[in-house]
Amino acid sequence: MQPKENGGWSPYLAGALSGLVSIGSVWIAGKYFGASTTFVRSAGMVEKAVNPERVAQMPYFAKEMPIIDWQWMFVVGIFIGALIASTTSGSFRWQAVPDMWQERYGPVRWKRWLTAFVGGTIGMFGARLADGCPSGHGLSGSMQLAVSGFVALVCFFLGGVIVARLLYGGGERQ
Amino acid sequence: MTTLIYGLVTGILFGFLLQKGRVLRYDKQLGALRLIDMTIVKFMLSAVLVGMVGVYLLNDLGLAKLSIKPMIVGGVVIGGLTFGVGWGLLGYCPGTSLGAFGEGRWDSLLGIVGMLCGAALYAEAYPTMKATVLTWGDFGKITLPQVLGLNHWFIITLFIIGGLYLFRWFEKKGL
Repeated sequence: MQPKENGGWSPYLAGALSGLVSIGSVWIAGKYFGASTTFVRSAGMVEKAVNPERVAQMPYFAKEMPIIDWQWMFVVGIFIGALIASTTSGSFRWQAVPDMWQERYGPVRWKRWLTAFVGGTIGMFGARLADGCPSGHGLSGSMQLAVSGFVALVCFFLGGVIVARLLYGGGERQ
Repeated sequence: MTTLIYGLVTGILFGFLLQKGRVLRYDKQLGALRLIDMTIVKFMLSAVLVGMVGVYLLNDLGLAKLSIKPMIVGGVVIGGLTFGVGWGLLGYCPGTSLGAFGEGRWDSLLGIVGMLCGAALYAEAYPTMKATVLTWGDFGKITLPQVLGLNHWFIITLFIIGGLYLFRWFEKKGL
């Protein structure tokens, strides 16, 4: 196991507590964790500002309306929660290129940024086609023993492992 | 309004725990996909195992309802693999990208912009997808207990035992 950085918690503990938070959310608010629909709603808000008539005619924005809902606030909350946790523990770090990427591809920013942008575009298209991301399918789906959740999770990892192999070569340990 | 506040508070708690568990980082996400660091798998599986017990308990007591996404083979498999490819390139998922930005890893911003574009593209493609991929192999909202014809507590018990064995194996192998 890699040595834990100062202030980090065991992933088992943090994960189990997250499980409790999600139970609380289902109990109190009747809401399951999810994140990717928020990107649809946000994209809809941007498009609506430019061309409201067009957005009103698009069936996907009729299904996932460009409004702020529970999940939208949840995703904003993730940002705030991570900001609080990192700044209060000294682990906040303003970083443009991740360490692992830099080790393999160097500190050139545009390469990492282009990859991140393209990856984000492809990933979100896929998540919407699958009707969920690692939160909606991976956490919420599999904790409800949904078949779609487990199948999605396997596919997420399969696609990801293949790309990781292409980017970083075989699985040799460092 | 109350619903929105619940969302924000729940998100803050989850974001806090994601950061504490060190699962927001590119290095951790790619570490899992390169099969050299299982931190995010430990986190996810712990959350799922705890969540399973709670959610089914609430459901059995009539205090909450399940919300199952349909198993459409075309959508879930093709979409899932596509998401995986994007995830491997970006190194953050939709939820963790916001968290990663929250701890200063601002390459995630490019990913967030990309994801907004991806969502907009999907909105354009949706009518076509609905008529094609999303009609391939629709099994509806099915769960493992239904498919296997077994009691959900039996399946949950198996998952917990399997999960604990997997955790022990991770620690033995130093993953």
